[in-house]
Amino acid sequence: MPRVPMLASLTRHKLTVLLLALQVALTCAIVCNVALMIAGRAAQMRTPSGVAEGELVMLDSASLNDGGNPLARHATDLAALRGIPGVTAVAAVDALPFNRNNWSNGIATAPDGSARLAATAFNGTPGELQALGLHLVAGRDFRPDEYIPMDSAHDWDGINHVSATIVTRALAARLFPGQDPLGKLVYPGDNPVRIVGVIDHLLRPMLETGDGNEDAMLFPMLPDDSNVTYVLRTPPSQRERVLKQAAVVLDGLDADRILRHAQTFEQLRSDYFRRDRTMLGLLLAAAAGLLLVTAVGIAGLASFWVQQRRRAIGIRRAVGATRRDILRYFQAENALIVGGGLVGGVLLALGLNLLLMRHYELPHLPLAYLPITALALWLLGQLAVLGPALRAAAVPPVVATRTD
Amino acid sequence: MPGYYLALALRSLKRSKVLTALMVLAIGLGIGASMTMITVLHAMSGDPLPRRSDQLYVPQFDPRPLPRGRSGGATSGEMPDSLTWPDAMVLLRAHRADRQAAMAGGSVPVRPAQAGRHPFFERGHYVTADFFPMFATPFRAGSGWSAQDDEDRARVVVLNAGLARRLFGAAPAIGRTVRLKDTDFRVIGVLDDWHPQPAFYAKIDDRAFGQADQFFVPLQAALDLKFKFSGDFHCWGSGGDNRRSGHCTWLQFWVQLDSPAKAQAYRAFLADYWRDQQAHGRFPRPVDARLYGLTDWLDHEHLIPADLRLQLWLALGFLGVCMVDIVGLLLAKFLRRRGEICVRRALGARQRDIFVQFGIEAAVIGLAGGMLGLALAQLGLWSVRQRPDGYAPLAHMDPAMLLGTFVLAVVASVLAGLLPAWRACHVAPALQLKAP
Repeated sequence: MPRVPMLASLTRHKLTVLLLALQVALTCAIVCNVALMIAGRAAQMRTPSGVAEGELVMLDSASLNDGGNPLARHATDLAALRGIPGVTAVAAVDALPFNRNNWSNGIATAPDGSARLAATAFNGTPGELQALGLHLVAGRDFRPDEYIPMDSAHDWDGINHVSATIVTRALAARLFPGQDPLGKLVYPGDNPVRIVGVIDHLLRPMLETGDGNEDAMLFPMLPDDSNVTYVLRTPPSQRERVLKQAAVVLDGLDADRILRHAQTFEQLRSDYFRRDRTMLGLLLAAAAGLLLVTAVGIAGLASFWVQQRRRAIGIRRAVGATRRDILRYFQAENALIVGGGLVGGVLLALGLNLLLMRHYELPHLPLAYLPITALALWLLGQLAVLGPALRAAAVPPVVATRTD
Repeated sequence: MPGYYLALALRSLKRSKVLTALMVLAIGLGIGASMTMITVLHAMSGDPLPRRSDQLYVPQFDPRPLPRGRSGGATSGEMPDSLTWPDAMVLLRAHRADRQAAMAGGSVPVRPAQAGRHPFFERGHYVTADFFPMFATPFRAGSGWSAQDDEDRARVVVLNAGLARRLFGAAPAIGRTVRLKDTDFRVIGVLDDWHPQPAFYAKIDDRAFGQADQFFVPLQAALDLKFKFSGDFHCWGSGGDNRRSGHCTWLQFWVQLDSPAKAQAYRAFLADYWRDQQAHGRFPRPVDARLYGLTDWLDHEHLIPADLRLQLWLALGFLGVCMVDIVGLLLAKFLRRRGEICVRRALGARQRDIFVQFGIEAAVIGLAGGMLGLALAQLGLWSVRQRPDGYAPLAHMDPAMLLGTFVLAVVASVLAGLLPAWRACHVAPALQLKAP
């Protein structure tokens, strides 16, 4: 392969070569970071919540009757909901993954210690584990005598008196790294609370970037606010019917209430990520647009060079170069320019990543992204140059004898 | 001469149709993406209250205890953007501004009087008397209430047009009764579909754009009746998580100051208040009382979501790559016409003429790209309007943006054409004429 003449030829178009390399570099830098954003959002959207997502339906009931005992009302409602055919379990809860109802407490691991982290409290009636489909991996469920009211009328004072909690495996590992969390004491309120069980997964009601998305703990506290969420577990095929029937049943028991947000868990999840889906679409469109424009640029310049060098190509063919040699020549030239651009692009990508990390919640760019993006762009360059290069290879040797 | 150059440009562009199309496509894509995002952000940064906005201010204090070690929690981070109940009441009763009002958002169950109609939740605001004159809210009928009504915890309500229509249809609402939660309120005013975008007076969150508040009731009455409040309720230390406690920030507070001098005086008043509180053992942090104007406040509260700003940068980055693309293509295109340049130079055209000729050719590409960009931006804005976000309906182009699209397109392509045109006009004529 005639390397030296190729370099010599490139130095004749220094500016154009430089521009093409610059464009490849910019594209590489942006696409690397866009790919990182796409991967981050997609991963977050796929995070399992820990609950039996396909089997849950829920609705919020806000009682307008301020008098009376909310606990008794909830118990009556739950008994009636349990009677709906197809319902395998029910619970009244205050928080669910993706429902944005986040009550977090600072958790200390020593009396009067400072809070190590803030964890979401999930409170519910007995049977919450079965109703949500949470998997207990160690320890036990709450005992009936451990349940106390949340006391929402007095600033949720229940948190200062509750005696037991079930935590996620992730939270246990963060609070007590490398130790068995069962039996350990934590301090979410004024008094110690014993960890009696560990579940494998449970996402918080609102996600953030970072590691704290499973900082969730269940308490044996009965929701006693006038506004409560009823969760019903039922086979997927019966969800719609159960949901309709639940509203009818609740209205029949006591019409002095407002029923809202009747939906399946899948709808809840889909609503939560609606904005992320839009952003994902935009990011994909931006990446595709960038690659398209870059491919267009490469193909455009290459076809110019082919036209410009028709005579030179003809002479080379006349003195013995094969079509394959000509094709290879243009492919190699493109590989050289794009490769040069990619070297700069990799550096630019890292710089842009640092900039974005400072102003937006973007993680570090994993180094694996760089060779993958570079290879993709390099292949794109080869693909874009293929057309012009084939045209160059088709130039007949007789061109050398003509003047134009 | 420009007419001749224009004809030359068109002829040259026609000669290589595919390449021209590619260049127009590249600039059109870049312009379309950028203008979509610029228009959305322009619409979102609009003045929610023209004519009044430069007289409205938000005071800010830091009543929290000194930060304690690394534990932080409630005591670390930025100054709270809301006030505590006691501080708001002091500012309210001091009457040191031309007008002042404390407020908080919330939602309550509304029970229609007609039998058989289900109760429903409605979002509104709990405010004090000056709210209406200070924000010059347009009344369709009736008026707001007085400071005395605030103190008396009067059961009066101002409805927005939407809720009034929903409850009473076309019939006049003034004097009628609305049952909110368990209490009857007398309607004393109906607003004329007031929905400033964004709802600047509320706590700025992802609901700042979109639905309008449908009712307004006196703050103290709402507090007495234990209506549900929304928005941040941020407490520290012990002493009860009470709405009336001096340890919890949750109230928005706005003042109207008619002149910069008054604003200056109010700043001094706030600093004095801070020092006075220090003498009483509160506000232990160094005095740093702030007074934000409306637009500064919206900036400070990050009204524009980070996602959107990122989208803007992405779009501009895309435009940048498109421009580099065009520079390369134009350069190749112009330099291929060395022969033509040399002939023109030999016939007496100056370097400047060549430069202008190629500049015009670049501008023609820019105009065509601008046209395509405009179409793409309209498509982009249409897709933004389909989004569920509250700001989506704002995504329309005004005439300024329309003009801006073309200016941006032509400026971008002329900038892209500068370097190629410069190189083209420096082609040495003699050398080229000698060529075969």
